[in-house]
Amino acid sequence: MIIENKKLARDPEGETIAKELIERRGISTIKSVRSGKYLRFLVEAGKEEEALRLVEKIANELRIFNPVVHICNIRIMGESR
Amino acid sequence: MKTAVIQFPGSNCDLDILHVLKNVLHVEAELVWHRDFKDSEFGAAILPGGFSYGDYLRAGIIAAHSPAIEHIKEMVSEGKLVIGICNGFQILVESELLPGALLMNQSTCFICKWVKVRVETDETPFTRHIKRRTVLNMPIAHAEGRYVNDPEGLKELHENDQVIFRYVNPRGEVSEDSNPNGSMDSIAGICNPERNVLGLMPHPERASEPVLSPFSDSDGLKLLSILKS
Repeated sequence: MIIENKKLARDPEGETIAKELIERRGISTIKSVRSGKYLRFLVEAGKEEEALRLVEKIANELRIFNPVVHICNIRIMGESR
Repeated sequence: MKTAVIQFPGSNCDLDILHVLKNVLHVEAELVWHRDFKDSEFGAAILPGGFSYGDYLRAGIIAAHSPAIEHIKEMVSEGKLVIGICNGFQILVESELLPGALLMNQSTCFICKWVKVRVETDETPFTRHIKRRTVLNMPIAHAEGRYVNDPEGLKELHENDQVIFRYVNPRGEVSEDSNPNGSMDSIAGICNPERNVLGLMPHPERASEPVLSPFSDSDGLKLLSILKS
């Protein structure tokens, strides 16, 4: 699960990485950086779709992200090594 | 009226507010562990500052799932007063008792300093004794205090007169320089539409005795004294 700020909410961490690290190196092809929070869930499920739906459900019900300011992306990553 | 100060794991301003209530204001107040809190015993509740649950995931979100919040919601529906200070404000926002979000300060730093906040409305039980546009000295101490809402949410807050405090300069004007954390519209404190829940980032309990203030005043008491009634 990747949680990042919507465009309406500035992301000072991403802005600092972009300005102080990347721009300072003279790299102009990277236009912006957005930081976020990353959570990896180990889910017991019969199918990937089922695991995805379960994590989506808890993300909404437990307010793992704040829908006013965050966007939340959930992907299947495979087993953690 | 007895006031509950609710203690979560990681609360650290609980004893400060309790001291001010009991020893400065001389009101009946009790420290209550969040799992033991029952709303029926109290006329008001304070969610104190601190780092509940280590600010993990997002400041206030884990405490927002505490059973105490169900009791707080019951109090709110009965019209009782609830104040969230700093981490308490974050918990109220994450409990959806107040709208919006409190995100990392624009500077990405933890900021601890005295600020000036202007009282935007006296049409709340919390500020009814303070003249509108009065400037109060209070300290802030937070890393995640940047108030953010979507354009509709912000519009609603202003239209409903729910913005209670804004950061201002010494002349009492809202300015970019006097906004310590990048909050939208310099918002430092808001209330719910029913006007009985207040959340604010500044710490009134740290501004309640002249000996603790660089200005030798006690502006925090102007707000907290409503718990005397």
